[in-house]
Amino acid sequence: MTTTPPSTHGLARPEQVRRRDVVRTLVGVSALNELQYRVNFFLQLFQSLVALATAIAVVALVFLYTPTLGGWEPWELMVVVGVHTALGGVIRSVIQPSMQLLMEDIREGKLDFALTKPVDAQLLVSLRRITVWPLVDVVVGFGVVVVASTRIDSATVPGALLALVAVLLGAVMIYCLWLVITTGAFWIVRMEHVAELFNGLYQAGRWPIGLFPGWLRLLFTVLVPLALAVTLPSEALTGRAGLLAVGGATLFTAALVAFTRWFWRLGVKSYAGASA
Amino acid sequence: MSSTDTTAPPATSPPPLQRVGRLRQMADFYATVSRTAVQEQFQYRAANYMYMIGMVVEPVIYLVVWSVVAEASGGSVGGYTPGGFAAYYIVWMLVRNMNIVFTPYGWEFRIREGQLSGMLVRPIHPLHYDLAYFAGWKVIAVLLWIPIAVVLALLFPPELSVNLAQVATFFVAIWGAYVIRTLLLFVLGMVTLWTTRVAALFELYFTAELLLSGRLVPLDLMPDWVLLWVDWLPFRSTFGFPIEALVSNLSGPELVRGLVAQLVWIAVGWALAMVVWKRAIRRYSAVGN
Repeated sequence: MTTTPPSTHGLARPEQVRRRDVVRTLVGVSALNELQYRVNFFLQLFQSLVALATAIAVVALVFLYTPTLGGWEPWELMVVVGVHTALGGVIRSVIQPSMQLLMEDIREGKLDFALTKPVDAQLLVSLRRITVWPLVDVVVGFGVVVVASTRIDSATVPGALLALVAVLLGAVMIYCLWLVITTGAFWIVRMEHVAELFNGLYQAGRWPIGLFPGWLRLLFTVLVPLALAVTLPSEALTGRAGLLAVGGATLFTAALVAFTRWFWRLGVKSYAGASA
Repeated sequence: MSSTDTTAPPATSPPPLQRVGRLRQMADFYATVSRTAVQEQFQYRAANYMYMIGMVVEPVIYLVVWSVVAEASGGSVGGYTPGGFAAYYIVWMLVRNMNIVFTPYGWEFRIREGQLSGMLVRPIHPLHYDLAYFAGWKVIAVLLWIPIAVVLALLFPPELSVNLAQVATFFVAIWGAYVIRTLLLFVLGMVTLWTTRVAALFELYFTAELLLSGRLVPLDLMPDWVLLWVDWLPFRSTFGFPIEALVSNLSGPELVRGLVAQLVWIAVGWALAMVVWKRAIRRYSAVGN
């Protein structure tokens, strides 16, 4: 940006707007906006801790009746709970808010304002709104994973690194899923209940997907990839899954990213706008 | 204040005929409002369905997890087989729908948007309006539940044997649960008139309800020290009891005891609602033109 000669107009040379600057500005503005409401931090912390206490109570209740659940020991199940909590925080702070804004804009025909800007539209619509406080869940979830890992013999450093890669892939997968669903709003205008539906489905990720019957396992692998996004990192950390599985997840993610890109472009083409 | 609240005119007491008239008016009000709710919600049947499908996930998760536990511990846990859990959580869905009432979070909106002012000038208590409206909505909810229950029953075969007393108790108990929950959440919502920082309080209430009502897990599976609490709290009456009335073979006296507990909680809830409303509404002020 600094080297751009003053004579060139931004609109004429769209490639001049650097992606990195766009990302930094969008994230910065969102963060400043949210940091005004500092009391919400305590509310979020309270909510995170209540949710964690509930999750622990449920796990404790289950292990009152059985020593292992589908081959998972109590502390191993806490890893799943931790990953689920942390990824949930990422979804609610980085992914979901922008997608809901996008849904609103498509419905109200206000997306023109985003599409006419000289930046990659997908990048812009994906980062327009970020809420900071749900990131507390990321910290809480990460803490749970660390504490649980110290009590598991099968947890190793390479396993933890693989888990980290897997969880990042998981975040990308969930982002793609959200964008594909939201892009559906270009054709089916009323998609608000999808958020409700997704949050319902996401709750299933608190348990290892292997517990579910075959047809649900398929649903939670391909359609809503919780098996890959939440269970796989937990499996990698507890030595149940190795390089091969994470490699497979990488290929799946790459394919999903490509499909999402194609589908988004298809959607934008059919966007009519609301201007007269 | 209390002298103006009595409806009787100071000179003559109302003749009995007038009382019948009031009852009939009330019945007419309930019929009209619930009919309106049916018509209104029927327009949004697709949205309502999406909402219900989202709601299916929760009991299916519990059902799967507890079925795995039951199988791991030799076929049953706490008296529930996988088929027993299937029956519990399919009926769960209907009771969950009966549990949907006006949310305490909604009072903030009602106050901010000035809706409460409109409610105050009506000659009828707002509680009646909420009771009638959501009761009408239940008709749609039950209709939409039937096909979902059929599909769930095919996927997770339930074990269910019922007698007439259980079915009769169930149909009374789901409405008892509905009334209790409406009253309690009305009282909770009134807190909004004292403070707008209500989210933490509501969160605590809903968490306690989730754990202690039978929503998360049949209460028979809870440890004894938890059950000690459950007997003194209203949550079982609003969720666990109606389901148990149908799916776990409760004896006649147990059914009656459950219904009596519901009656007690309706009385407590009603008294609380009236007292809290009277105090809360004094704090309300509206600005308008």
